[in-house]
Amino acid sequence: MKDRIINIVETYGKDPGRLMDILLKVQAEFGCVSHEAITIIAAALHMSEVDVMQTRSFYHFFTCRPVGKYAVYLNNSVVSMLMGMGDVQDEFEKLSGVKVGEKTADGLISLHHTACIGMNDQEPAALINGVVFTELNRDKVRALVADMKAGKAAQDMVTTYGDGNNANPLMKTMVKNNIRKAGAVVLAEYCMGKGIAKALSMDARGVINEVKESNLRGRGGAGFPTGMKWDFCSREAGDHYVLCNADEGEPGTFKDRVLLTERAGMLFEGMTIGGYAIGAKEGVLYLRNEYTYMKAYLESVLSDMRSKNFLGNNILGKGFNFDIRIQMGAGAYVCGEESALIESSEGKRGEPRNRPPFPVQKGYKNKPTIVNNVETFCSSVRIIENGGAWYGALGTSESAGTKLLSISGDCKLPGVYEIEWGMSIKEMLEMVGAENVQAVQVAGPSGICLPPSQFDRKIALEDLPTGGSMIVIGKNRDLLKDVVLNFMEFFADESCGSCVTCRSFNMILRNSIEKIVSGHGIRKDVEDMAAWSEILRKTTRCGLGQTSSNPISTTIKNFREVYDARVKNVDYQSDFDMQASVMASCEVVGRSSKVHE
Amino acid sequence: MSKPIIATTSLAGCFGCHMSILDIDDRILKLIELVEFNKSPIDDIKTFTKECDIGIIEGGCCNSENVHVLKEFRKHCKILISLGECAIMGGLPAMRNGIPVKECLDEAYLNGPTVGDNTEKIMPNDEELPMILDKVYPCHEIVKIDYYLPGCAPRADLIWAAVVALVTGDTLNIPYELVKFD
Amino acid sequence: MSETVKFTIDGKECQGTKGQLLVDAAADNGVYIPVLCHMRDLIPAGSCRICTVKINGRNMAACTTPVEEGMAIENNSDELTDIRKAIVEMLFVEGNHFCPACEKSGNCDLQALGYKYQMMVPRFPYAFERRDMDATSPKIFLERNRCIFCKRCVRVIKDNEGRSIFAFKGRGTTLQINIDKTLAATMSDELAQKAMDICPVGCILKKEVGFIDPIGQRKYDKKVIGSDIENNHQ
Ligand SMILES: Cc1cc2nc3c(=O)[nH]c(=O)nc-3n(C[C@H](O)[C@H](O)[C@H](O)COP(=O)(O)O)c2cc1C
Ligand code: SF4
Ligand code: SF4
Ligand code: SF4
Ligand code: SF4
Repeated sequence: MKDRIINIVETYGKDPGRLMDILLKVQAEFGCVSHEAITIIAAALHMSEVDVMQTRSFYHFFTCRPVGKYAVYLNNSVVSMLMGMGDVQDEFEKLSGVKVGEKTADGLISLHHTACIGMNDQEPAALINGVVFTELNRDKVRALVADMKAGKAAQDMVTTYGDGNNANPLMKTMVKNNIRKAGAVVLAEYCMGKGIAKALSMDARGVINEVKESNLRGRGGAGFPTGMKWDFCSREAGDHYVLCNADEGEPGTFKDRVLLTERAGMLFEGMTIGGYAIGAKEGVLYLRNEYTYMKAYLESVLSDMRSKNFLGNNILGKGFNFDIRIQMGAGAYVCGEESALIESSEGKRGEPRNRPPFPVQKGYKNKPTIVNNVETFCSSVRIIENGGAWYGALGTSESAGTKLLSISGDCKLPGVYEIEWGMSIKEMLEMVGAENVQAVQVAGPSGICLPPSQFDRKIALEDLPTGGSMIVIGKNRDLLKDVVLNFMEFFADESCGSCVTCRSFNMILRNSIEKIVSGHGIRKDVEDMAAWSEILRKTTRCGLGQTSSNPISTTIKNFREVYDARVKNVDYQSDFDMQASVMASCEVVGRSSKVHE
Repeated sequence: MSKPIIATTSLAGCFGCHMSILDIDDRILKLIELVEFNKSPIDDIKTFTKECDIGIIEGGCCNSENVHVLKEFRKHCKILISLGECAIMGGLPAMRNGIPVKECLDEAYLNGPTVGDNTEKIMPNDEELPMILDKVYPCHEIVKIDYYLPGCAPRADLIWAAVVALVTGDTLNIPYELVKFD
Repeated sequence: MSETVKFTIDGKECQGTKGQLLVDAAADNGVYIPVLCHMRDLIPAGSCRICTVKINGRNMAACTTPVEEGMAIENNSDELTDIRKAIVEMLFVEGNHFCPACEKSGNCDLQALGYKYQMMVPRFPYAFERRDMDATSPKIFLERNRCIFCKRCVRVIKDNEGRSIFAFKGRGTTLQINIDKTLAATMSDELAQKAMDICPVGCILKKEVGFIDPIGQRKYDKKVIGSDIENNHQ
């Protein structure tokens, strides 16, 4: 083991900056990153063990004890649960004889939970040894477990392939694209190379100006003007870097998945154009671990582009050098936050940085860096091809262009839709065949829970901004239990823990909502939750904490009656349960706990 | 007007807080003029004989008996005060919180360094004995508490100032030196 | 050349150098902004959030924000006091802080802020989470029950080759302060003392000494935290 690990460390040039890759490799080969492995890695990198442990322990796909020969990660996010993950989990547990969080005695199967894996349009879904399995049900689980017991490789358990490039020999996944509506920009006909050629025929400033003129704003959610970001970055001295954010961690979004599958060339072109604009030589695609199944295919697109001289040295003979590497994540939602993404790309725990300095000033390797979303880079290609004015004419006055929506939940046609900004929620619901809608969760858990009375609002940065996640919640659902509690659990798990408030409040709020769901809440709990949400919003370093109380604060605002119906109108109520609290001691001495009180 | 009536008790506490009540020194004579004591270790009245105005609680709840007494206090007192760290946050006894009860009992009666004589490995289990709770509860998690006086033990001056303010209805201004957690 | 900038805190006219962190600039002007993770001259951690102020109407951490010309800063308001008190209370319920048994009591910054804001009882439920203490290193104890994750030790305490002796482990509510057993064994007495001194609470404690200052003579027995900053400039 020691030799092999040292060998791995050497493959990555004994560079602590590649610690993520080293750990990923060790985890894949040994089924865990054990204490012993950490000691070896630390010595080989001349780091302290606690620093290696710091990275190892941050990401949930790294484990300290070996996972099963088949590591089954069940998606327990909202839509997966709504679509029947409960049954799927139950079947897995029954057949394997172990609960989630455990491993069978023979080491064959381990069951785990994981947050949204970007398959909301084909839930319930799970990852088995990194291979995606969608639209699961009890029957399919039985077949899968039988295959595991027969020793089949996870990849070989996939029998049908999805459409488009999902069926590519390097991908061979059952994932479907579910492209329901192609618009004029990113999902329109595409031919590789036109954008790069045009960009390289302009000067860098010209490229930036074109992007500025388009009024393109970031598609990752925050909506920062892309041209301005590139401009700021280009004005800084020294080496520059381009990072693409393909972490797609916001529960309910999966549109980047489709772009990566069907528009990988366009994305890499966009990164190259960005690199040209700011004067970078290197780009990094930060790909979430859940999308590992795409990696080989994406690598092949990169080498294809190199062979066509769209990447590499002296691109298209214009003297511009640029190349891209893929950085895999290891399971942490917060790594989608741009500065956490940078930290993670540098091999560290994905802790968001303080600002200033901003990434455009000091980003990857402390050099000026642009971080943009997949869709943003793709859009930039079209802007260069067709001109900023063409793009700017699409959409609304403040939100130019088109937007990819990932729509899922209680509707007939979940999938990816490229719409022009400005569509109303009502129109959207008609488009996806949704009826009896209780609420729409706009922009994922960190967004807002919208009631029917506001369905005429518009999807646009100036009204309802969104990175693309749209979850439709039917009337039959228990809003607090099925949605709000699940979201708060997600945030409590995913907080990086650095800010006191984000670390603690998310847990406290999670417990409060659980108390209300279990019927023990009082009016004051709701008022406290509203007040505490407000403190949390005001006192955190990054966007995670700033928005993580939104599931609570927006439902208190928009669905107050749901809370009122569930809480008691008394001043004080104790949660104390005598029976439960003496159970343990009664058991020790062998007494019945019934007699007390 | 009749004198306000005070009751006090020590739950999972060390009586240090009660000592601190006595630490008001000769002001105790003034206190007796101001108030009447009912159920309290100070006068050894064991059960409530009157409805009280103020109940002062030392210690948190570590067993079923504590819970019972605390609920009695809530029933018979208009105002309840958590006195001292143990009542407020469980205090020293709560250092066991987070450790499973079985582990605690095993350590206390079977495995600890001081249990050499317990050769028959007996765990106390008399019908009369209250049962240990899964953790030590701060009083306000069991019943509504109206005021808190921190300290271990709370400074006598703090207790004095608080009780006088409550009884006379004056506003309470606490000097910096008096609010301490140790 | 350093450029002088003018700004106001709660209406008071102040001066600082451009780029200087607001907490430090405020202190230089006799204004105390409470901190737990910040230390002058260290890269700011921005993690305790207790230095939250309002700048031109927006909440910002004073320890990560450089002062700029014309900033109007609000440091003293009911809203900010409530936020800060909530943070103190949160730290008390999140860890296990039984002050009477703590060697740092009286000299502890967290406790002192509890006194400053007259915390009688935290508004949040106690977590009573089990956290294990680490006594394996020869010079220090790591009493994790009291760690507030200020990262001071992580940022400051390194071995002679610059390697970390302290680091975080986990994330979110499983976050833990971790100590490198091999490297900790090489700590000198001075380094151990330094680690204890920079830890704002009673998490890092030097072995074989303790409870040196008698009650009544400890740092915060009579003096409110921050009063030295405020009094320096009267
Ligand atoms: C907690 C958190 C998670 C985020 N996750 C993502 C993500 O998965 N993908 C993404 O593109 N942006 C994400 N963002 C936004 C990024 O920080 C950043 O704004 C974005 O990548 C910038 O690119 P854009 O301007 O092209 O949108 C996230 C932000 C936060 C605070
Ligand atoms: S807000 Fe939350 S996720 Fe963001 S830095 Fe703070 S603790 Fe980490
Ligand atoms: S608070 Fe201190 S003095 Fe009071 S009972 Fe508890 S340990 Fe004893
Ligand atoms: S660290 Fe501070 S607050 Fe915590 S127990 Fe010690 S003195 Fe009290
Ligand atoms: S051990 Fe002390 S210095 Fe280190 S992070 Fe915890 S509280 Fe801060």
